[in-house]
Amino acid sequence: MSVTAIGTYDFPAKDVRENFPAPLLYIGWEDHLMFCAPFCLPLPSDMPFGALVENVLPGACGDHPDFERIDWGQVQWFKSGQPWQPDFGKTLAENGLGHKDVIRFRTPGLTGIRGSCS
Amino acid sequence: MDTRVTRKKLGLKERYAAMTRGLGWETTYQPMEKVFPYDRYEGIKIHDWDKWEDPFRLTMDAYWKYQGEKEKKLYAVIEAFAQNNGQLSVSDARYVNALKLFIQGVTPLEYYAHRGFAHVGRHFTGVGARVAAQMQSIDELRHFQTETHAISHYNKYFNGMHNAAHWFDRVWYLSVPKSFFEDALTAGPFEFLTAVSFSFEYVLTNLLFVPFMSGAAHNGDMSTVTFGFSAQSDESRHMTLGIECIKFMLEQDPDNVPIVQRWIDKWFWRGYRVLTLVAMMQDYMLPKRVMSWKEAWEMYAEQNGGALFRDLARYGIREPLGWKEACEGKDHISHQAWNTFYNYAAAAPFHTWVPSDEEMAWLSEKYPESFDRLYRPRLEYYRERQQQGKRFYNKTLPMLCTTCQIPMVFTEPGDPTKTCYRESDYFGNKYHFCSDGCKQIFDHEPEKYVQSWLPVHQIYQGHCFKPDVDPTQPGFDALGAVLDWYGLNFGRDNLDFEGSEDQKNFAAWRGEAKGDTTQEGASA
Repeated sequence: MSVTAIGTYDFPAKDVRENFPAPLLYIGWEDHLMFCAPFCLPLPSDMPFGALVENVLPGACGDHPDFERIDWGQVQWFKSGQPWQPDFGKTLAENGLGHKDVIRFRTPGLTGIRGSCS
Repeated sequence: MDTRVTRKKLGLKERYAAMTRGLGWETTYQPMEKVFPYDRYEGIKIHDWDKWEDPFRLTMDAYWKYQGEKEKKLYAVIEAFAQNNGQLSVSDARYVNALKLFIQGVTPLEYYAHRGFAHVGRHFTGVGARVAAQMQSIDELRHFQTETHAISHYNKYFNGMHNAAHWFDRVWYLSVPKSFFEDALTAGPFEFLTAVSFSFEYVLTNLLFVPFMSGAAHNGDMSTVTFGFSAQSDESRHMTLGIECIKFMLEQDPDNVPIVQRWIDKWFWRGYRVLTLVAMMQDYMLPKRVMSWKEAWEMYAEQNGGALFRDLARYGIREPLGWKEACEGKDHISHQAWNTFYNYAAAAPFHTWVPSDEEMAWLSEKYPESFDRLYRPRLEYYRERQQQGKRFYNKTLPMLCTTCQIPMVFTEPGDPTKTCYRESDYFGNKYHFCSDGCKQIFDHEPEKYVQSWLPVHQIYQGHCFKPDVDPTQPGFDALGAVLDWYGLNFGRDNLDFEGSEDQKNFAAWRGEAKGDTTQEGASA
C-alpha cells in the first residue's frame, strides 16, 4: 500500500467495466483541437469498427468543416499512442479494444481551421 | 487598608503566549495516541511543538475586535451597493459570469477550508498550531458567508447563481476544485497544511485573489472589491502561516524533508490545474482587463515563486516537479480552458461568447507567440457559425483526466498542437491523465484516485439522473435529464451570452436607468 493512511485503506475502483452498460472507448482526432478534448463513448464490444466510423464519428465530429473531406483510406490510427491498424469489418472486441482504451486518428493533409490544428 | 497594585500590562508576545500555551494537557485515563491519533501517522517528526510560531500572534479577543470592525465596513458597502443598484454600474453583463464562476467554484472551497482547519485544529497535539488552525477555520467560514452575502445581490438580477451549493456536488467542471479539496481533506493533517496553507495559499493565492479583485474593481463591482479586501487581509495571515508551517516541519527533523518535498510536488501541480479556471476568467471573462494570465504568472509565480524556492533551498527543498511545464503553459491554458467552456456551454450554468475584435487584438498583443497562430482561427470560425445561427456546441462527452478531473484539453510540452495523453495500468484497469504531473500523482497513490468521481463516467453509469428517470425509454434525452438533475434551467442559466436573458435584461435596465435622471446612483 502506497497511501499513507491511519488504518486499512481499501476501496473499490469506481470505473471498472461492470459498472457501465458498455465498455468506454476514448477517441481523439489529431490536429483538430476545436474539439477541446478526446471523446468518451460507451460502445458495445460487438459493434463493427466500420460502424464506429460510419455511424458514431459523424455525430461527434461532423461539425468540423474538415470532417467531410476525410479520405478514410489515408487515415492513420494509433492505439495508446502506437501506430495501429484496425480491421473495419471486425468488431471492436476483435480489434482488441477493451474498456477505457484510447485510440486516435490522424487525417493527413487536414490540419484544422486555417491550418491552426483547431 | 488595601493598596491598589498596578499590574504591568502584558506585551503582545507574552499575551500571545498566555493565550496559546498551556492549553493542552497529557491525558491520564486514555492514551494520548488514542485521543490524538492523526498527527503522527504521516511520518512527520515533531520534537518541540513550542517552536511553532504564529507570526501574527493574533489572540481570540483581538481577533473578534479586529474582524468585527472589518465586517461592519463590509456590510455597509454591501448595503450601499444594493441601495444604489450597483449591479447596473458594472462594465458589461458578461462580467457577471466571472461572479458566477466565483460563487460556484471558489466560495464552496472556503467552506471546505473551514472544515479542514477545524479538523486539524482539533487534532494537532501542539497547542500553538491548534489555536492558529482554529482561528483560520473561523476566517474561512466568514469568507464563505461574506462572499455568499455579497453575491446574493447579483442573484436577484442574473441567472446562474441560485443553486451554487447543489451544483458544487454535481456539475462536471466543479468536480475540479471539489476533488482538489476532498483530496486534501482526506489526507493527513500535515499534508493538508502543505496542500492548503502552503501550496494553495502561499504559492498560488495571489493568482486567484489579485485577478478576481482587481478585475472586480476595473469592472465597477465595488461590492466584490470590498469582500476581496476584507478577505485579503486574512489571506496574508494565512499565507504567512503557510510558509511558517512549512519551515516548522523542515526545521524539526531532516527526515521530514523528502515527505514535504513530495507533497509540494503534488500540491503545486494540483493547485496549478485548478487555477486554469482563473486563467480563463482573467483573459476572457473580464470586459475590462487588468493583466493577462501570462503577465500574472510571470509576476506572481515565476518571480515570487522562484525567489521562494531559492529561499527554501537551504532546507534541501527544490522547485516543484512540473514547474517548467507550468511556466510553458502560461501561453496556452486560458485559451484551452475557454474553448472547453465554449464547447460545453450547454451544460454549464454560465454563459460564454466569442471575444470582440478589440478583445482579440488585446489577446494577440498579450500572446504574440500563440494567439493568432493557434487560437484566433477557431474563435473567428465560431463567430461565423454563430452569426449564421449555427452556434457550435460539442454534442459528445469529453475524456477526463483521472487526477485533476479536467477534460483532456492540455497539450504536449513543446507542442501546443498535440493533446497530451498519459496512461497507467492498475490491477488490470486503465487510467488516463492530461500530463506527467497528474500521472505521477496517481502512480504514487493509485488507491486514492481509483475512487475518483469522474462526472462523465458517472453520467454513463446512470448516476446523474433523478430517481424516477428511465434512461432505457425510447427517445431518452440524456443531456436534458442530466441538466434536470443538476437543477440547471435550460436556456436561462446556460448557452451563449448572445441572446441570453442576462444580456437582454441588463440592456433594458441600463436603458431605463439612463432615462431616469432622478436616480443618480443608477446612472452609470
